[in-house]
Amino acid sequence: MARRATAYGRGGPLVYLVALVVVAVTLGPVLYGALGGFRSNAQLARDPAGLPDPWVFSNYTSVLSSSAFWQYTLNSTAIALITTVVAVLAGVMAAYPLARYQFKLREPLFLVFVLGLLFPAAVAIIPLFILVTQDLGLGDTWWGVALPQAAFALPVTVVILRPFLAALPKELEEAAMLDGATRVGVFWRIAVPLSMPALVTVGVLAFVTSWNAYLLPLLLLRGETRTLPLGVADFSTQYSADTAGVLAFTTIAMIPALVLFLAMQGRIVSGLQGAVKG
Amino acid sequence: MRRQRLEILLFVTPALALMAVFVLYPVFSAARMSLYSWQGFGPMDDFIGLENYLRVLTDEVFTDAVMHNFIIVFASIAVQLPLGLALALLLNRRIKGRGLLRTIVFVPYVLAEVIAGVVWFQLLQPRTGLLEQAVSSVGIPVPEQGFLGTPDLALTTVFVVLTWKYLGLAVLLFLAGLQGVPDELHEAAQLDGASWWQVQRRIAVPLIAPTIRTWVFLSMIGSLQLFDMVWILTGGGPANATTTMVTYLISMGTQRSNYGIAGAASVVLFLIGFAMALAYQYLVLRRDTKADA
Repeated sequence: MARRATAYGRGGPLVYLVALVVVAVTLGPVLYGALGGFRSNAQLARDPAGLPDPWVFSNYTSVLSSSAFWQYTLNSTAIALITTVVAVLAGVMAAYPLARYQFKLREPLFLVFVLGLLFPAAVAIIPLFILVTQDLGLGDTWWGVALPQAAFALPVTVVILRPFLAALPKELEEAAMLDGATRVGVFWRIAVPLSMPALVTVGVLAFVTSWNAYLLPLLLLRGETRTLPLGVADFSTQYSADTAGVLAFTTIAMIPALVLFLAMQGRIVSGLQGAVKG
Repeated sequence: MRRQRLEILLFVTPALALMAVFVLYPVFSAARMSLYSWQGFGPMDDFIGLENYLRVLTDEVFTDAVMHNFIIVFASIAVQLPLGLALALLLNRRIKGRGLLRTIVFVPYVLAEVIAGVVWFQLLQPRTGLLEQAVSSVGIPVPEQGFLGTPDLALTTVFVVLTWKYLGLAVLLFLAGLQGVPDELHEAAQLDGASWWQVQRRIAVPLIAPTIRTWVFLSMIGSLQLFDMVWILTGGGPANATTTMVTYLISMGTQRSNYGIAGAASVVLFLIGFAMALAYQYLVLRRDTKADA
């Protein structure tokens, strides 16, 4: 696509000025947190807008050397991984017959998942709390949070995966069946590998949603099983006087989601667009 | 045929079982809970009909919470839609560093609401916070209790932070739509002497209208379920100035063990969301699906 070099549609100084303002407003709070973590509380009190002088590393090192921080990180990671694996696996399994088989209940079944999009976790949150803590005895466990999260991630997973699976060429699967492979074998060896790009997309969405989740962990997890968002929120109320410590903790907690986002940017973006178009 | 039925069953059972246990059953029991007076222990046998609904709907804290949700719904559309569109049009121009800009604009959306909330909470601290000082240094008087501590300003402040957090999603979706507009259209219009603004207004924006309508839908649903940011920034205060339906049902359910009331609030939240989704689907989105057919 050769773009012609006319003035049309390019940026004038005003456009760059607006862009600069947008960058400053967007990154300002993030930079304030990151730089504030390198300052002492006395520095922050004297001049909230100043730069670190001298640079203080103790806020960050004390977060990184606290066992609680690593425990939160481990919990967040484990819960997000279980959520992702369960949601993607159950999701692709459900989406496959919805895309490939002809049967009477196919559309009603798909409708169940579409309607699931309309049930926000908040509506069911109190019964979920009772179900997980009292009936299932899974309070304060990774699975107790991951399973409901996977269930609530399923509708969007199935809605994105079904059209993708339906668009895969049928010929490979038909050839394998002629060679005597079973439907289940075809699913595992052909359909799943071919739909890897879509699986990564829905997986990243499920992972990030779980990683950032607050409401369900807030009700279900205490003490040692808390996740990073809970840890950050509790730290900021418990040590509210230690602003620099709170900023350092918050900044470190941002890093994993930011790194994952930068690495997976294309996937997240196409996943969100798929969800919007779907 | 029997074999096929078995295979289908095998494939869909895990997903359906998860949905049944963790989505449908809890939603159903929220509805059931709403008909009983129940404090969370002992048998649920004190059936009181619709009394919980009566109490919820006449509780000023709840009706205010519903109003706060709707204020956020409409403010989001009124502010974030034009702002997001303007930024998307800007980023769609051939400026240097466009890719980097797009990444930066999306950063707040990726952060957890809680983490973004904690940073903003620090920025907004009365007297010591950076924003307070910045605002007062340009001569604007700062309320004594801070922006989050003053009932008249708290909801607006929460909304500003939400806009910072979620504008990137609007920009990203609109931008993707704009990039799907074929260059030939731009070129043809340009040859006919149309200015950049005319092309955007008459061609680009109408062409991405379906994306805009879907964003509005997502934004509405998100605003109705608002919880995390409010809980971190204000906890629903001061003086219930920033409560939402979800903060109401959480504090009823977990802090006061008023499970019946929480159940009734859940059902009302669901019905409002459902009614809005249906109405929007019927009035607005239907045009898109029709156009596809």
